[in-house]
Amino acid sequence: MNNTKNAALDAGKSGGFDVFKFLYKYGTILVTILAIVYFSVAVENWFTFGNITNIFRSVSIVCLIALAMTMSLTVDGFDLSTAATASFAAVIAAKVMIMWQLNPAFAIILPILVGCLIGLINSFLIIKLGISDMLCTLSMMFVITGVSITFQEGSAIYNYMPLLKGGVAPGLMSENFKAIGQHEFLQIPIPVFIMLAIAIIVHIFLNRTKYGRFMYMTGGNEEAARLSGIPTKKYRTLAYVLSGAIASIAGIVLCARLGSGEVDAAGTYLMDAVAAAYIGFSVLGAGKPNAFGTLLGALLVGILMNGLVMMSFPYYSQNIVKGVVLILGLGLTYYKKKG
Amino acid sequence: MNSKGLKMKGISMEFPGVRALDGVDFSVEKGEVHALIGANGAGKSTLMKVLSGVYQNTAGDIFIDGEKIEIHNPMDAKNHGVVIVYQEVDTALVPHLTVAENIMMDYLIGDQKKLFIDWKMIQREAKSALKNLGLNLDVNKLVSELTLSEKQMVLIGRAVFHKAEYLILDEPTAPLSVEETNKLFEIVETVKKQGVSVIFISHRLDEIFRICERITVLRDGQLVGSYNVKTETIDSIVEKMLGRKLEATFPKHDVEIGGKLFEVRQLSGEGGVNNVNMHVNKGEIVGLSGLVGAGKTELVKLLFGATQKYEGEVVLNGKVVAPKNPAQAVKTGFALVPEERRREGILVHESIETNSTLPTLEKYCNGAFINHNQIRESAINTIKTVGVKAPNEKQLVSKLSGGNQQKVAIGKWLISDADIFMFDEPTKGVDVGSKAEIYNLIGGLVANKKGVIYATCEFSEILGLTDRVYVMYNGTIAAELVTKNTNEEELLLYSTGGGRNE
Repeated sequence: MNNTKNAALDAGKSGGFDVFKFLYKYGTILVTILAIVYFSVAVENWFTFGNITNIFRSVSIVCLIALAMTMSLTVDGFDLSTAATASFAAVIAAKVMIMWQLNPAFAIILPILVGCLIGLINSFLIIKLGISDMLCTLSMMFVITGVSITFQEGSAIYNYMPLLKGGVAPGLMSENFKAIGQHEFLQIPIPVFIMLAIAIIVHIFLNRTKYGRFMYMTGGNEEAARLSGIPTKKYRTLAYVLSGAIASIAGIVLCARLGSGEVDAAGTYLMDAVAAAYIGFSVLGAGKPNAFGTLLGALLVGILMNGLVMMSFPYYSQNIVKGVVLILGLGLTYYKKKG
Repeated sequence: MNSKGLKMKGISMEFPGVRALDGVDFSVEKGEVHALIGANGAGKSTLMKVLSGVYQNTAGDIFIDGEKIEIHNPMDAKNHGVVIVYQEVDTALVPHLTVAENIMMDYLIGDQKKLFIDWKMIQREAKSALKNLGLNLDVNKLVSELTLSEKQMVLIGRAVFHKAEYLILDEPTAPLSVEETNKLFEIVETVKKQGVSVIFISHRLDEIFRICERITVLRDGQLVGSYNVKTETIDSIVEKMLGRKLEATFPKHDVEIGGKLFEVRQLSGEGGVNNVNMHVNKGEIVGLSGLVGAGKTELVKLLFGATQKYEGEVVLNGKVVAPKNPAQAVKTGFALVPEERRREGILVHESIETNSTLPTLEKYCNGAFINHNQIRESAINTIKTVGVKAPNEKQLVSKLSGGNQQKVAIGKWLISDADIFMFDEPTKGVDVGSKAEIYNLIGGLVANKKGVIYATCEFSEILGLTDRVYVMYNGTIAAELVTKNTNEEELLLYSTGGGRNE
């Protein structure tokens, strides 16, 4: 947050109005507001409580996956395997209840543990073996998806699903568990509360605790951080483990919402999440990955998609918009770095 | 003198604010090995970069065999037979291509006219270039598999293929072992017999006296003179390199030196640190002297756990310690202000506050949570103690001057409980005023009974600031001297590998 103040100071000192600086800091917020205004006017029934709730609900999982990515981004890493981890977590949660008939608590604990394990594997490959983070997590993405499909024996896991050996699945997905994804509180979907809670926790973790600061320092200049006595490898590992854990939470919410564990259910969220996290860099001129920015980035992507759908924009062309939004976000971030 | 050979006359070179070369004359005869020496910043590299076309001289002329030539870029230089082999050999080689391809690189880029490459010819030509040097290197090997000295040979091979007449070797022996150095000297002898002139830049005077015929000495961008090695000695050359008295700009610190605080026995490790023995007493400033590449930085990084230790023992406060990484070293009681300030010392995109409290952050935390008020107070204190000129503690470090950045890099350690403070070239790129303040801060440390290790290649700093000095040469301690009984000549003598037989 220091950056914000200083940037404001500098702007004040130089006196002139820097268009790029202004766009960099407030661009995301401005575009979000413009989008809201535009869709409210152009699309009938867009600005209704029901639809806004709808947007938030659809954004929640994207935002959770993006928050997972934010963790790895703070240490100047990158985790492409988050969406695959979320899908796998959803499958595990479904299998725990429907096939193994265990207590629903395990449907939460076990996926999170697996997410942490995936984070550990990622960090081992990246830190110990020195594989580039993007390539490593890209490979892991395929490995995890493959493991997930093998684990679910090729098909989705749902209540009363017919089994190969005859009969139907023995267990049921707990209603309490499904509530995580399907119920509402004060007319607001539970996933929205989960998203906000995790975003606040991540924000506090990154900005108020020493661990968060050490992670930012490691990402800012690993050598300087190391020579300041920070065990940088430990914090890089922590970042990937937290990334895996938060991705798993996204998967649990997804599973509860769908009521089933499906093949690569979160795969389509990957692109949105990357966009959200990178757009978040610039929000309020933070210049680094941050929870609030990621949240806003996810909202922006969600609003755009929702509005386009309601304007009957063909779904098969949506990726064009997503891709362009991501490029704009990246452009803003990297152009700033260059300058 | 005859007109055969290369002559540079009245070469001047100006960088913004600095006159790097001031009317320097330099000449090399056909087939001689000519040493070019001078202290750091004397202008050796600049002169050679002018000759090889990297820099454009602002004044002066270059003649070859009596004829005036123009060198505007490295290509011109090559066409006139001037080829330079830099110390950083990797910048001139493509690692995943073969030796043959690397030797013939310029041919492949410039002279290959046909669509298909005649690989047999490439191999044959490369082999013959190496053979001319008396080398037996497999030309089909990938360059990435070669040792550093073999890579040098590939570059020299490339020069030979290009019929280089003037071969510049920029500190070629600094990274080489004794055997590799001998091998290199054999090659130098071979090309010399073929009529090639070799310009040899080195800090190692003993080597220069072995293979060179003449020596040209530069000092502060000016020519001191050219001498025949037969009429000179290492001592006389050292005198010519220095040639001036040092000024006393060092604040006097009067501290009683206490008992032994820190000791290192037979330490060897990564980066060529070899069998180092040293100790530091309480309240003592110990200098680490030596030229660039002598192993000072490598030694302090090794002590700080930043690089890997192979052998040896480190004792702090009577206890054997073995920090495996900087995090442990900080807990053990070490602090390091590293040489590369912007890359290693500070986080430029963060505030003074964040930087100055980074190593000691635990102090300002309630459990895991940072107490921002305490951090602010501590940062304000640090700014006051070290005298950083900044509007407030939130100022980004990137906006500070070099001297103030360095003060932040030092300040962040002052509040730690370290016993041993190591400084690696802390005044590099720092203005004069800040320098004096940094010396004062160091004086304050020893007044508190801390031990200080001060690594620098500036002899004046060693003489002005330290109590005792270890001179490093080639990764090990060449001499231990008491500062008040030594002088610049002696430091330079040991730094250049002299005085070992006495």
